[in-house]
Amino acid sequence: MEKLLNDFSIGLFFWQTLLFVILVFFLRKYAWKPILNAVEEREEGIKNALDSAEKAKEEMENLNADNERILAEARLERDNLLREAREIKNNIINEAKDLANTEADKILTSAKEQINNEKMKAVTELKNSVADLSIDMATMVLKSELKDANKQKELVSEALKEAELN
Amino acid sequence: MEIPKIIGAGLVVIGAGIGIGRIGGSAMEAIARQPEATGKIQTAMLIAAALIEGIGFAALFAV
Amino acid sequence: MKIKTTILTLVFSTFLSLYSFAGESPVNSTVERDVRVEYGEFKNHHLLDNHSFKLFKYETDEKTKYVSFPLPIILWDNGVQTFLSSRFYFGKKVVEHNGSFYKLYHNKIYKTDKLGTINYDENDKVLNEMPLDFSITKNVVLILICLVLMLVIFGRMAKSYKNNPIPTGIGRLLEPIVLYIRDDIARPNIGEKHYKRYMSFLLTVFFFIWIVNLFGLTPIGSNVTNNIAVTASLAILTYLITTFTANKSYWGHIFWMPGVPVPMKILLAPIELLGTIIKPFSLMIRLYANITAGHVVLMSILGLIFIFKNLLGGTLSFGLAFALSLLELLVCALQAYIFTMLSALYFGSAVEEHHDEH
Repeated sequence: MEKLLNDFSIGLFFWQTLLFVILVFFLRKYAWKPILNAVEEREEGIKNALDSAEKAKEEMENLNADNERILAEARLERDNLLREAREIKNNIINEAKDLANTEADKILTSAKEQINNEKMKAVTELKNSVADLSIDMATMVLKSELKDANKQKELVSEALKEAELN
Repeated sequence: MEIPKIIGAGLVVIGAGIGIGRIGGSAMEAIARQPEATGKIQTAMLIAAALIEGIGFAALFAV
Repeated sequence: MKIKTTILTLVFSTFLSLYSFAGESPVNSTVERDVRVEYGEFKNHHLLDNHSFKLFKYETDEKTKYVSFPLPIILWDNGVQTFLSSRFYFGKKVVEHNGSFYKLYHNKIYKTDKLGTINYDENDKVLNEMPLDFSITKNVVLILICLVLMLVIFGRMAKSYKNNPIPTGIGRLLEPIVLYIRDDIARPNIGEKHYKRYMSFLLTVFFFIWIVNLFGLTPIGSNVTNNIAVTASLAILTYLITTFTANKSYWGHIFWMPGVPVPMKILLAPIELLGTIIKPFSLMIRLYANITAGHVVLMSILGLIFIFKNLLGGTLSFGLAFALSLLELLVCALQAYIFTMLSALYFGSAVEEHHDEH
């Protein structure tokens, strides 16, 4: 202990303290702060870069997933559209067919009716005119036949003969 | 007066030596058991050894 | 490139200002001195601070010549007295300055009479008056060199960050160490919230101790941390920072330990208070003693060469000294690390927040 106290030099203590404090202040200003700040900045930069890379990767994955989803949706949409279109086409065709069929049927029936009517009318007219003609002819025949009595007798006998054959 | 002092200092140094030896040995065992904690164990070992060493030196200079 | 020129200029100016002069004492060739005593003196001398920067000495036929350069002596003795240390002739001459006489005796400056008589009391203690000595000694010069070196190195390192995020040159080597101190010393011990305040001190103290320790291993000689005044200054700075940045909970744990009965609280307060002083004290002693012990052992083993004076002893002690130097290289960094680590630990205890009341 005595040796320690004997060796203790106030001058050296003074200089050491002074120079060391100066050293700390100068290095703090001109070295440690810039160095530590630069290192921290660099570390921060690396961390940020890593983070953003991670984020970008995640986003990419999300984007991919989105794309996939959108594609699937589009495909589904297309399929639906196609199916609908096909259905609509079929419907239209069927409807048109039905309509055409019914129309045709209608036309046919009305035509048939008309034909029938016309036929009936014609037949009736024919009948009437035949009747009129027959009456006229009969009248004329009668008139001519019945002018002479012999002929009337002959006729009656003939008619009788025929009537017996039946 | 001098001789008892020197003997006392010697005893302290022996004690400090044993202490540091034990710290070193225990640190070795600890490292062998957990090699992944080597850094932490070494730091703790150095601090403990330094503290004991201080006592040893204090005894030496007290003579 | 710039740093190279700076260093070269520094080295050259050192050698150009080299100051050589002849000592007064004739060589003691007639009296055979005991080599052990001589080496012991040399060793003690090497470990002490010095008022001149002695590089080496050589002996001519008549005189012992020293190659050294003088350093300014600054004394506080009724005002500032300054003169060059060369006037002491390594303690062999009495210096008259402003009407007072000063003598360098065992590396200390005493006020004497004209003849330079030193008076002793019965316990061989010097009775002469000692002026306050603020001289630029060898160690102060080394501290200054370290200061300049650190400012240059770290200033350049900081500059190299300006343009790109990765340092160039020596910064590549030092950046991992800076980051180690931040991530493995400051952060875990002080805590994420407060560590930034202490980074400047921790980094400076680590590199300062490391560099001056390494200076001590070079042949230029005496080691800065080998002086109790230097380590005391560093430890006191740690103590002051701990004390002035401490929060309420730190003082609470010292004066009124929570969670123990009242008599224990009263008993613990002085112990804890003493503990706060013992902590920096042990910091001081540890650094000083480790470096001193390393130097003493290294110098002693080197001294064996001169004592054995044969091939076997020389080779053995050289090998041993070499191995020990390698160990010292480790100790240099280790002591800097431990000082920084423990400082960080003390700072951490000062700003620690105890959320749970025990």
